[in-house]
Amino acid sequence: MSLYASRRSANSIATTLCWVAAIFGLAWLFVILGVLLYEGVRGLSPAVFSEMTPPPGSAGGLLNAIAGSLVMTAIGVAVGTPLGMLAGTYMAEYGRHTKLTMVVRFINDILLSAPSIVVGLFVYTILVHPMGHFSAISGAVALALLVVPVVVRTTEDMLLLVPGSMREAATALGAPRAHVVGKVAYRAAKAGLITGVLLAVARVSGETAPLLFTALNNQFWSTDLAAPMASLPVVIFQFALSPYKDWQQLAWTGALLITVAVLALSIAARALSAGRRKSK
Amino acid sequence: MNAAVQALKEPPTKVSVRSLDFYYGADRSLKNISLPLRANKVTAFIGPSGCGKSTLLRVLNRMYDLYPGQRAEGEVLLDGENILDPAIDLNALRSRVGMIFQKPTPFPMSIYENIAFGIRLYEKLSRADMDARVEGALRGAALWDEVKDKLQTSGLGLSGGQQQRLCIARSVAVQPEVILFDEPCSALDPISTAKVEELIDELTHRYTIAIVTHNMQQAVRISDYTAFMYLGELVEFGETDDVFNKPKEKRTLDYITGRFG
Repeated sequence: MSLYASRRSANSIATTLCWVAAIFGLAWLFVILGVLLYEGVRGLSPAVFSEMTPPPGSAGGLLNAIAGSLVMTAIGVAVGTPLGMLAGTYMAEYGRHTKLTMVVRFINDILLSAPSIVVGLFVYTILVHPMGHFSAISGAVALALLVVPVVVRTTEDMLLLVPGSMREAATALGAPRAHVVGKVAYRAAKAGLITGVLLAVARVSGETAPLLFTALNNQFWSTDLAAPMASLPVVIFQFALSPYKDWQQLAWTGALLITVAVLALSIAARALSAGRRKSK
Repeated sequence: MNAAVQALKEPPTKVSVRSLDFYYGADRSLKNISLPLRANKVTAFIGPSGCGKSTLLRVLNRMYDLYPGQRAEGEVLLDGENILDPAIDLNALRSRVGMIFQKPTPFPMSIYENIAFGIRLYEKLSRADMDARVEGALRGAALWDEVKDKLQTSGLGLSGGQQQRLCIARSVAVQPEVILFDEPCSALDPISTAKVEELIDELTHRYTIAIVTHNMQQAVRISDYTAFMYLGELVEFGETDDVFNKPKEKRTLDYITGRFG
């Protein structure tokens, strides 16, 4: 066989392997999504969005769980985002090559991949145990701790992508450092920074383990941050493992809701970064 | 007597560089540089890559201060005041000494905001005054007619040559006294280059200009004085006509005639 022909056959074998691997990976994803859609859509009804989680055997919905997820995610993101942004800004703009930045980046990377159950246990120890009971606020704190490393990472990465020449140009006009960062670098990295926050929301909105140890669950409507609060992931966890058909159906529907929400956020994040690339 | 007549003929000095040394870490990349920048004149810096011309430019507005490990020794007097003094207000200095870079660097905001950005740093203007200043700056950079109908669109949407003139307008808008050009035309086509050169010529009425260029014809066309640098040293400095037509140093002659570099 000539050298050229052997290269051609090696190439087609490699291409085929790539296709097989890609199809194998994607097939499972579509199976999961398909089953989720099939099982979840059957349970969709206005009651899901207007009634509380029911006791077994009676009609009900997921309203308290949806509201609880929204409340705790909102607080978690509102607390975690500024912390993460400030840390990321320090690392990219002020202490780019310092020891502190390298240490923080290393620790942040560990946090980023830390099992979320560890975060749940940590918050249980520092908040739930001293307070003596589960509470929505400790759930929100656990989520905030998961938001921080994601936002730190994306903020640093996005600011590092802003060309140094842009900072020099602003500096050359006499702009003080804070101005260069706040008015120019942030503006240049805006789409990426928002993408980071959206990804953080997507990440925490499906978290179960940290909420199990902190916010626990609540069968009723509650807006009291000092009391236990329901959330979609925890309700899904509880209902899916139950022997009751109606609970299992609600778990499927809840899972569908989370998946659709995360998908929508991811698409929004994608669209934002695509828009950014086009404008350059 | 002769020296006094000579001194009378020389325009006043705006910036005076005296025994300047510059270090990147332990590397000494400028060696004992002394030269004047004459007021309202264009001084060109020529020399092969790595000879220190851009480094010298970046000392004049202390841009090197952004990076750790870089330091300058000696004196650089701007209107008699030593700008290497650690106590000097860097932001105020940079508002007096503007800089245009090799690649155009419009900010990711509208054309109008690109200009207003620098003005807002030091002045609070009414809307009408700001509009007038923005228009004046764009006219001053010969860009007004091309962008007057799209002031609110992104500065990133302009062509490379237009972006570079936008950067010049932005720099002029803060009313500096000295403008440093670091190879401003190396990324531009000949037509855009001609426009920028015309602009530099007009700017000398109001500003003192220093320009780094690799293009010797450009140095001849636009500058009044030329400094030839080589390996961190100032080899020759004088009026552009003299440097190019009757250089005193053999190295200058070799460089401008293309025999090395």
